[in-house]
Amino acid sequence: MNQHTLSVLVENKAGVLARVSSLLARRGFNIHSLAVGPTADEGISRMTIVVDAPELEQVKKQLHKLINVVKITELDRATAVEREISLIRVSTDGQKRSDVLEVATLFDAVAVDVGVSTIMFLVTGSPEKVNDFVELVRPYGIADLVKSGRVALARDQKSRKLRAS
Amino acid sequence: MNTISGAQAVIKALEREGVDIVFGVPGGAILPAYDPLYDSPIRHVLARHEQGAGHMAEGYAWATGKVGVCIVTSGPAATNLVTPLANALMDSIPIVAITGQVATTSVGNDAFQEAYTTGITMNATKHNYFVTNPDDIPDVIHEAFHIAATGRPGPVLVDLPKDILNAHLKWHKPPKLDLPGYKPTVEGHPRRILEAIKLIESAHRPVIYAGGGIIKANAADQLRMFAEQTNAPVVTTLMGLGGFPGDHDLFLGMPGMHGTYAATTAIQKADLLIALGVRFDDRVTGNPDFFAPHASVIHVDVDPAEIGKVRQAEIPIVGDVGRILEQMLEAWAKRPAPDHKEWLEKVNSWRTDNPVRFDQQPDGPLKPQYVIEELYRRTGGDAIVVSGVGQHQMWTALHWKFSRPREWINSGGLGTMGFGVPAAIGAKAGAPERTVYLIDGDGSFQMTHQELATASAEGFPIKIALINNGVHGMVRQWQTLFYGSRYSGSELGRDTVNFPMLAEAMGCVGMRVETPGEVGPAIEKSLSINDRPVLIEFVVDPDEMVFPMVPAGGSNDQIILGPEDLE
Ligand SMILES: Cc1ncc(C[n+]2csc(CCOP(=O)(O)OP(=O)(O)O)c2C)c(N)n1
Repeated sequence: MNQHTLSVLVENKAGVLARVSSLLARRGFNIHSLAVGPTADEGISRMTIVVDAPELEQVKKQLHKLINVVKITELDRATAVEREISLIRVSTDGQKRSDVLEVATLFDAVAVDVGVSTIMFLVTGSPEKVNDFVELVRPYGIADLVKSGRVALARDQKSRKLRAS
Repeated sequence: MNTISGAQAVIKALEREGVDIVFGVPGGAILPAYDPLYDSPIRHVLARHEQGAGHMAEGYAWATGKVGVCIVTSGPAATNLVTPLANALMDSIPIVAITGQVATTSVGNDAFQEAYTTGITMNATKHNYFVTNPDDIPDVIHEAFHIAATGRPGPVLVDLPKDILNAHLKWHKPPKLDLPGYKPTVEGHPRRILEAIKLIESAHRPVIYAGGGIIKANAADQLRMFAEQTNAPVVTTLMGLGGFPGDHDLFLGMPGMHGTYAATTAIQKADLLIALGVRFDDRVTGNPDFFAPHASVIHVDVDPAEIGKVRQAEIPIVGDVGRILEQMLEAWAKRPAPDHKEWLEKVNSWRTDNPVRFDQQPDGPLKPQYVIEELYRRTGGDAIVVSGVGQHQMWTALHWKFSRPREWINSGGLGTMGFGVPAAIGAKAGAPERTVYLIDGDGSFQMTHQELATASAEGFPIKIALINNGVHGMVRQWQTLFYGSRYSGSELGRDTVNFPMLAEAMGCVGMRVETPGEVGPAIEKSLSINDRPVLIEFVVDPDEMVFPMVPAGGSNDQIILGPEDLE
């Protein structure tokens, strides 16, 4: 599947999310994930849209037809930071608790709710990291799982070499 | 502080936009706005059905080039508008629809006459507004007109809850445009223009493929000069008819499913397609894999999303097609017209060897094409022609020589039966000094014929040639060709309705014509009546089919020219 990440600035007006999702649906583009939130400019929100589409050009052009869409940037995985958050409630019956906690430590997952037979973890990171964590704890039994949808921003190309990671 | 009501602001804002006529039907939620309308110089035309009001606004916009306006109430009235909105979106017609809505306190409660109008019309409009603050009204109306008329034109809807119409605001001027995401490109990129010129210069078999964008951009003059300078034959789509003179030496007609042999074949053999304000509709391309297989494509369109949507363009140029043609003409200025002698001879021979034909026997059944050609002769081609959807629409496109823009009004993209009567009224409202002739089918006509009452009550003396074949002819043609002549659900019956009496009952003049000899006199009579609408029912051969034809999804190399090709 051809997955693309779009970072879309939209006017902060009622119904914009409905317009975007309904346009994508009408055109037959499948939305893999969609995350919306405010930006530093209170009139503008940012949507991070991950779409499955063979031909991204049409997706971008169609989105541009929406009057409330201000700017669309396609993010390249190599030059963007992409993050997801997940909350996962894992079964920790009997012997499993210390094993699960050990896996969580490796992934910097934080225990945010501890029960008698389950622990809820918060894990943050690249979509791959979050996925890997989910896969590693899956054998212990996942009681509940929620993902935030992806958020992403392009890296600062000019100062890139100054950074360590 | 001087305040006015939201409703007064709406009417004042319409006046400020230069609106002189609106088409509508009142009702509870929009009533506040009808009150100040009573005192306004804006004329209100009371339609019989909201679909009619919407198509009237479209006919008006099409005939005048201005924004058409319709105004209706909430719920069922707004849902009745969905078809004209979708039609305007497909055919890029600038209209503004004003809808009433239940009070904000009731919105979402399944209140009486409530429908989620902005949600329902989200994909049937270029943009829509749900107004929740009366202070926004002046700016929203101004934005609506701006969006409807600029870039790729289209329908914009403004939904106004009753309490917002009744609330008060301080009127301000001038209005603001706050559209950070909306900046249509007008100028073509200079480098692309030069690339295009080079490609045109090196082409041997160029074809100009021009569409509705030429009409919308008022670019007919530029198109003619450009075609003459580059000496390239021209085809225009259904929507582009009249964008290039129909009797010009370089004109080949309309291409596609029911296009002329010359137009369709020229595209198939071309080495360069200069696509101007067209969207490569499937009714033109047939199966796109076989469309214009030898041609490079220069695609000019104001809507970037049209470029590359169906066919990749070697040279994409985004902008206003009229402005871009001017830029191309400037860039071309010092060059001589290329000599395409061989190519032009070839396309000319296709044109003369394969004319659009039909067979009218003096005492045989009346042929619809004969009626249309007589109409053309007797009006001298000097009329605004409107049509419904079906065979009669295609026959009109094939047998009328449109020579000027905005003289051909029909529903192309959505193919809306019932478009004709109200659109003709809107056209007459916009061009009262012109003869407006509607060529309608008995099926299409019966979808909105109640608007005849509007035409006579409001004084719009339109003329109607009702092509009565007693069937849904276009559907029946497909059943004949592809379903073994099993006429399931396509027969209306030729004598079910007494159309002249129906017309008379609604204050129009009605006539009936059954033989070729009666056609001319009846048309002459219709042209002499100008105080009332006139309807002539032409009882025609139900077996007549539209040819040429390329079956849906087929290759445009396989054209059926007439019934003799069917065996
Ligand atoms: C609103 C609507 N419903 C159905 C159709 C499908 N349709 C296309 S052409 C046609 C028949 C048109 O019949 P008529 O108006 O009598 O014209 P004719 O083809 O006989 O000239 C139909 C039913 C349509 N285009 N629009």
